[in-house]
Amino acid sequence: MARTTSSVITLHINGQDYTLPVDHRTTLLDALRERVDLTGSKKGCDQGQCGACTVLVDGRRTVSCLQLAVAAEGRSVTTVEGVAEDGELNAVQQAFVDLDGFQCGYCTPGQVCSALGVIQEHAAGWPSAATADVRPEAGPPPLTPDEIRERMSGNLCRCAAYVSIVDAVARAAGVDAEGQPVEANGKEAAA
Amino acid sequence: MREFGYERAADVPGAVALLNADPEARFLGGGTNLVDLMKTGVERPAHLVDVRELPLDTIESVDGGLRFGATVTNSDLAAHLDVRRQYPALAQAVLAGASGQLRNMATVGGNLLQRTRCGYFADVSQPCNKRSPGSGCPAIEGEHHNHAILGASSHCVATNPSDMAVALAAFDAVVTYETVDGPGELALDDFYLPVGDTPHRETALPPGALITGVRLPAAPVAALSRYRKVRERASFAFAVGSVAAALDVRDGVVHDVRLAFGAVASRPWRARTAEGALTGGPATAEAFAEAADAELAAAAPLADNAYKLPLVRNLVVAVLTELAEEAAR
Repeated sequence: MARTTSSVITLHINGQDYTLPVDHRTTLLDALRERVDLTGSKKGCDQGQCGACTVLVDGRRTVSCLQLAVAAEGRSVTTVEGVAEDGELNAVQQAFVDLDGFQCGYCTPGQVCSALGVIQEHAAGWPSAATADVRPEAGPPPLTPDEIRERMSGNLCRCAAYVSIVDAVARAAGVDAEGQPVEANGKEAAA
Repeated sequence: MREFGYERAADVPGAVALLNADPEARFLGGGTNLVDLMKTGVERPAHLVDVRELPLDTIESVDGGLRFGATVTNSDLAAHLDVRRQYPALAQAVLAGASGQLRNMATVGGNLLQRTRCGYFADVSQPCNKRSPGSGCPAIEGEHHNHAILGASSHCVATNPSDMAVALAAFDAVVTYETVDGPGELALDDFYLPVGDTPHRETALPPGALITGVRLPAAPVAALSRYRKVRERASFAFAVGSVAAALDVRDGVVHDVRLAFGAVASRPWRARTAEGALTGGPATAEAFAEAADAELAAAAPLADNAYKLPLVRNLVVAVLTELAEEAAR
């Protein structure tokens, strides 16, 4: 079969369309960083293990290093550059800043995008490997630190800022150390 | 990475036709395994046929069981209320695999076809009978602490890495597929081939077949089921041993039991010998251990992986004991 090994594609990133020719071997991560100058997403391992390249594709967290750019055409991509709301840091970003959820910062864009996914997935009632009983009648699991650690396990932090990262995700999700909503038990002022 | 053509299939017949037009073409699902292997040169397709947008993304109830399509993501499968209600061990198995990001990308079809994580298979500078038939198997004398103890051969001792497939094996899943000649299906028991002297031939799928989905027959026993996985760290690692189990105990007697092991063989290992030993007998820890030993009597561990024998036996006893206690409540 005669084949073409490159295509002109249109990527929809952070609400904006980018039309560019790509070699089919180009990953979404390389397209973001090298082709459209969105360098927030980071390349760590380039094999799906570290999570530094995490972005949201059609609203779901995804490692962009294993996503071919050509296969992302027609899907909606959100990178760390696109998560702020009206120029204000979103709740996850603000919590990472307030609670020192990083040291060197290299993994942070991926941690932030992943945490946004975690909060959405938990709100949708998804269980995790840390959930004792996955049956629906058991109800949605509280977002405890154990649940956050399990759900964030696809994001490595070489500086090991994990303790603060877990705190930041809990803060952004609005839960206390027992995974209970902060507003409901009035602990917010004490936090 | 070798250059490749790319096409997005619009429907199942079109996908099968595109694949069969090029002997070096491969289907692309979530890409979490295939793209990784292409980067390292283990996989060198000339053409990718993207099947992610095929209308195979539904989960539906059929005759008291479930049917889910090949492009259902691992995340959607594990989150589905009927999966969690009727086959909780399947949801647990899927959730025990990979990371949240990868589960959002990976598909049912791709999970079934993912390749072994044997380090020699992944390293193109090494011999490997699975990757390069006839080149040899360095794992047998080399690094094999996480390799097979059951069903391996002198040609290959690699394990199947899937957690999902272990639960599917326990629940008699049937894999459906489409070829240019029409549809077909394979029981999961027959889906993965014995290793023998052809470790490069991993499944009984006909050449050019596209997996379209998985059917799970009605299995009331599965409502009380569990998947437990042992790994070298708490999360995001492949199993060193795992067990999917379901138990129906009535008056202290095992009425029905399902048992499958992961990370012990080239395929998910349905423990039918153990099931037979347990059925009709007492639901006690002693009986669970004896049944596990009966299953593992056929094991042929290598120099550095005999630890999997007590590991799997203890997993069986622990998980079945938990299920028996839960049944008694």
